[in-house]
Amino acid sequence: MLSLIKGAWAVLLHMFSPRVTIQYPETKPYVPPRWRGRIILSRDPDGGERCVACYLCAVACPVGCIALQAAEDEHGRRYPAFFRINFSRCIFCGFCEEACPTYAIQLTTDYEMSEYKRTSLVYEKEDLLISGTGKYPGYNFYRVAGLAAGVKDKGESGNEEPPVDVKSLLP
Amino acid sequence: MDMEIMRQLAVIFGILFVLTTISAGLIWLERRLLALWQDRYGPNRVGPFGLLQVLADMVKILAKEDWVPPFADKTVFIMAPAIIMVSAFMSFAVIPFAPGICIADMDIGVLFFLAMSSLGVYSVVLAGWASDSKYSLLGGMRAAAQMVSYEVFMGLSLMGVVMLAGSFNINEIVEAQRKLWFVIPQFPGFVIFFIAGIAETHRLPFDLPESENELVAGYHTEYSGMKFGMFFVGEYLGITLISALIATLFFGGWLGPVLPPVVWFFLKTFVFICLFILFRASYPRPRYDQVMFLAWKIMLPLSLLNLVITGAIVLLETG
Repeated sequence: MLSLIKGAWAVLLHMFSPRVTIQYPETKPYVPPRWRGRIILSRDPDGGERCVACYLCAVACPVGCIALQAAEDEHGRRYPAFFRINFSRCIFCGFCEEACPTYAIQLTTDYEMSEYKRTSLVYEKEDLLISGTGKYPGYNFYRVAGLAAGVKDKGESGNEEPPVDVKSLLP
Repeated sequence: MDMEIMRQLAVIFGILFVLTTISAGLIWLERRLLALWQDRYGPNRVGPFGLLQVLADMVKILAKEDWVPPFADKTVFIMAPAIIMVSAFMSFAVIPFAPGICIADMDIGVLFFLAMSSLGVYSVVLAGWASDSKYSLLGGMRAAAQMVSYEVFMGLSLMGVVMLAGSFNINEIVEAQRKLWFVIPQFPGFVIFFIAGIAETHRLPFDLPESENELVAGYHTEYSGMKFGMFFVGEYLGITLISALIATLFFGGWLGPVLPPVVWFFLKTFVFICLFILFRASYPRPRYDQVMFLAWKIMLPLSLLNLVITGAIVLLETG
């Protein structure tokens, strides 16, 4: 009997303890820097699109919310003609980011994406593309790739030999 | 004469209005208080302090489809929620809110309340029966057993008060407390009545008729919309009724210094409503056989003992 009264008293005293609730729109909760939120497409430091339209993100996506179409410019540089993410399907697993060979697709800390219409959740390339480099400043795929696509010529990057003219090696 | 009738009508409709407002407001109060004791905020978005949550809830529940399951016994199914509301409202007829503000100043006030609260059992049992679903039936059966057993000593626990006041008339019981609130000579009676009252309104810790984690929602599993809402109004009216009775019978009702009598009455009632909610926040639900054990093997002998001792003392004093 006494323990029952003690229990009720303890509950009553909780009136004065601090609240656990975070009053969300007014006070924002702490979001860790590695949070997997809204997906963006980043650019390399020179301002070019990082995405090489390899489709690896679309393949890795467990819910199939990424759609894109590869295209190639006059220098032979690949880019997506369109890049579409349906965020009403996206589960923010981050597999696309892991799959991306060029650090193009990245997940950000933004999570406030509510919309009144479902179609507003389909993001096109212009919605996804940002002007910065995201998590990897300095990295430019075409500077380290062996391919000449208007950024540098073959053999010009730090870790590759200049191309060999095989015909000159002939005896 | 006409003025007298007009006054009576004004009192009746005033009390009806106040009671419905209270029972709606209790939804908000209960959610806020439970949140308060669980380190949360509760509903605080709709209107000032979330007060308009009540309005939002009402709009929602009234706009819902009035659905009767095809397998249910239609007449009884519809009648059951009405019974609980009617019986709860009827009990308030004998409660004196202040000197002169009492719908029926009956000489058998206490007995009338006990009769009406027994009628409330029908609602729960019929709801469980008419729903024709296993959970409802189990809930209804539990409710019947629980309410019948707790009613036995609920009445007995009040007899001490009746003996001390020498009347069944609730107004006279209040008047008899001018010198000393009955909670002091009748403390065991107060505790027993409170416990019986919790069981009678099937609130936690005695909410076995509707225990969510075993019976879905017990006797009102199949109910939705306003019919479900009426069960809720009935439950909140029950809480208010028991609190009002505790305040009236044990804590001097509208008696009190400085403030007007009505304020004293509502203040005392409010404290006990909060206590009801505090118990809900604190206690787990006992097993069904433990509830029955408590009723028949502990509470009933205790209330009989209380009755006998009070009777002996009253006899000695008058004798």
